Amino acid sequence: MKPGRVECKNIALAYGSGKSATQVLKDISLSIEPGEFFALLGPSGSGKSTLLRLIAGFNFAQAGQITVDGSDITRVPPWQRNIGMVFQNYALWPHMTVEKNVAFGLEERKLPRAEITRKVQDVLALVGLADFAKRRPNQLSGGQQQRVALARTLAVEPKLLLLDEPLSNLDAKLRVQMRQELKSLQRRLGITTIFVTHDQEEALTTCDRIAVMDQGVIQQIGTPIELFDAPANRFVANFVGTINFIEGEIEHARDGVTFVSMLLGRVSLPASVSTQVVAGASLAVRPHTISINTDVISPDRQRHTIDVAGTILEREFLGEFVRYRLSAKGCELIVDHSHQPESEIFATGQNVTLGIAENALRLVS
Amino acid sequence: MNKAVRQFSLVEVLVALLIALFLLAFLIVPVINVTYIAFADRGGGLTISHFGAFFSISLMQESFWNSLIVALASVFFASMIALPLAYLTIRFEFRGALLIQTLGVLPLIMPPFVGAVAMQLIFGRSGSINLLLNDWFGITIPLMEGLTGVVFVESLHYFPFILLNLTVALNNIDSAMEESAQNLGAHGLRLFRRIVFPLAMPGFVAGASLVFIKVFDDLGTPLVLNVTNMLAPQAYLRITSVGLEDPIGYVISVIMVAFSLFALWLSARALKGKDYSTTQRGGSSLSRRRLSTAQSILAYGWISLLLLMVLSPHISIVLLSIAKVWSFSVLPDAYTLEHYKSVLIDSPRMIVNTLLYCGLAALLDVILGSAIAYLILRTKVPGRQALDFMASAALAIPGIVLAIGYLRTFKGITLPGMDSQVATIWIMIAIAYAVRRLPYALRSCMAALQQVSVLLEEAAGNLGATKARTIQRIVVPLMAGGILAGFVTSFITAAVELSATIMLTTTQSDAPMSYGIYLYMQSIAGRGPGAALGVLAVIIVALGTYFSHRIISSRASQTGIHAKSE
Repeated sequence: MKPGRVECKNIALAYGSGKSATQVLKDISLSIEPGEFFALLGPSGSGKSTLLRLIAGFNFAQAGQITVDGSDITRVPPWQRNIGMVFQNYALWPHMTVEKNVAFGLEERKLPRAEITRKVQDVLALVGLADFAKRRPNQLSGGQQQRVALARTLAVEPKLLLLDEPLSNLDAKLRVQMRQELKSLQRRLGITTIFVTHDQEEALTTCDRIAVMDQGVIQQIGTPIELFDAPANRFVANFVGTINFIEGEIEHARDGVTFVSMLLGRVSLPASVSTQVVAGASLAVRPHTISINTDVISPDRQRHTIDVAGTILEREFLGEFVRYRLSAKGCELIVDHSHQPESEIFATGQNVTLGIAENALRLVS
Repeated sequence: MNKAVRQFSLVEVLVALLIALFLLAFLIVPVINVTYIAFADRGGGLTISHFGAFFSISLMQESFWNSLIVALASVFFASMIALPLAYLTIRFEFRGALLIQTLGVLPLIMPPFVGAVAMQLIFGRSGSINLLLNDWFGITIPLMEGLTGVVFVESLHYFPFILLNLTVALNNIDSAMEESAQNLGAHGLRLFRRIVFPLAMPGFVAGASLVFIKVFDDLGTPLVLNVTNMLAPQAYLRITSVGLEDPIGYVISVIMVAFSLFALWLSARALKGKDYSTTQRGGSSLSRRRLSTAQSILAYGWISLLLLMVLSPHISIVLLSIAKVWSFSVLPDAYTLEHYKSVLIDSPRMIVNTLLYCGLAALLDVILGSAIAYLILRTKVPGRQALDFMASAALAIPGIVLAIGYLRTFKGITLPGMDSQVATIWIMIAIAYAVRRLPYALRSCMAALQQVSVLLEEAAGNLGATKARTIQRIVVPLMAGGILAGFVTSFITAAVELSATIMLTTTQSDAPMSYGIYLYMQSIAGRGPGAALGVLAVIIVALGTYFSHRIISSRASQTGIHAKSE
């Protein structure tokens, strides 16, 4: 089946009514390209699962419209949408064998017996479970159940594949393996896929584009790299990766914007940054972009690096890098120092010099 | 770790032996005795000739089929009542949910044979309904005649078992089970038939098999309705009129046990490996829909009708207990409190007896239940599973069979210093009650003990408490809710038990209320006092039910907090 294009326009949804109503989705608009692997990323309660269930037809919006390939499905009942969904807990029917589970959707579509048998075999082979057709779901491991759930959904060749936290019930090792498999399967089938997760690593590693959601609002839509390097606001900056915020005042001048802070003094921001200036914005800098030295002035100092004196408060060894918590001019900063066998480990209480590159600074509201 | 170290203490073994001895004496041996006599010839060898004799008597054949038909028909009609009610509460946003819950308890607080008498006054040949129908349309409905009457009374009385089990089963279905089916293109009745009902099936079968067993074993209802061509009444009549030596009574007993076992086996098979309770972390139960106006009218209409039917025995028993004369009239002609007075003056002994026997039985049950639960869950005493099996086996033994077994086994045995035979001492009634309720009490105690984390006991041990002190200071207090619930359940179900009572009661002074009600109801003049006694019994049972409900729900909220903090 040709992959579908999904459009959500101005969707709003509230539970309850009147004054006690809680807005779960507020004016959501997004568009997902055919064949795209798209993530809805956000903390619990952000409305991401609600949006997914809305697309599947299990919730109804008070306002807005959802279209798939241009046709309006807002009022279509779930069983007529042909949108496949894999549930968080897989929702395999315990009274049916694997084979029966997978055949269910095809039977509902009244396909001929022989075709059903063939398709069930094909799709079970696709997920590598050809030998498990006669088993019951409770005789399978978590990862196998996940594959059956996927096979059951893919068997009906849906226009769209919805995945609701599909990896959250798996253990850490299996999760990494499954997400790679999901990605390659999605590439192979070319099916438009929406993936709901609260795990930023999952979203960054598997998806083409991500919509970051918080409190029922889409905070930013972008590729993983865009989200990480150019977060649109504090929430995105904080939720996708770790970040330091530097508070200060913005001063407008004729040739651009200057940011004045205790930590960095006066910093003039490049023109590209200054277009997004909003009052109350602060500077953000990722921990791994800050260098850390024992010398008073960093030897490899570049032209646009600001040196700040700091004291190490705490240290966490994470393998690939060491994460330090420092105090510098009354601010607290996190700095990740890449770790090699020979590299220096700083002690708590030690005085160091931090090098903050100007081009690593981002202005966020 | 040294494997040769004994993993259990002498005290534990001693307790296990004592329990085993009790169960052997008052359950296993009597039942084996009954079975043996059903298969024994005159010389003591084995034969199946008694069964041949049984099936050659046409009355017995008729009774056999009647019992089977009545039990199956009652299961069918009880399902017809329960299914829509369960579906309504689970499936729809529905204000009548509380009403349905009430519906689910009301019938259980009245012994079916008491209800039977009362229902004759309403639905019987010259009951209120037929009198009115005759007046208005010149027709009557023979609802209470013969087997129909038994089926009618039993279905109305036992449908709650199916309702409760089915509701729990439906409640345990994760909404994702249904949504995934919708997602794949199923909806409406097909969705219900292929996904929802199969998932609720184990619960339904558990409830249905319980109803089958209860109806098959019930002696009181057919007797009160004057239906004797069924197995339980025949066993009773054979033993009481022909005598303890008549093998037919034993053959009937064996057949009844066989059917109970079959029903239990069926339900165990249906439940095996099918823990379909699929609600999970983050899951929710089936989504509820709003009823349309027409559907609402239909639903409320159906429920009101049922509520009226279910309440009819309660209303009529109260009316009967305060009626001066009530025959061939829609309502009693005059009212009086005489019956209560006569019951309280003539037979306070019966009320005391009921409290004594049932209290004793319930006490015995929770002691045995907690001890067995502890042995199974916390010790490695060899043969502990056998205790569980023996105690649970009582579920399959009809009261009348157990009573016949007692009469036979303890016949002629006298205790030193007493004149009467062991079989006729009142304590046997209490023991029969205890044995019959033990499976339920055991489950209650097991559940309570399972909720007490072993870590709590280990912590006490770590702080220097001995096993005995730990049980006394930690285990029993934490189990108290479950034990109390088990006590109350045993007590109230024993209070309305008739089948064993009727066989084991030998003197008027030893009779409990259930027997008294039955005796009173035998004569027209006794119906008033009988009803008054029935009302008292219903009040006792209702209070018990209410308190056990309170205990269980407060315990549930406590353990809810407990589970969260883990």
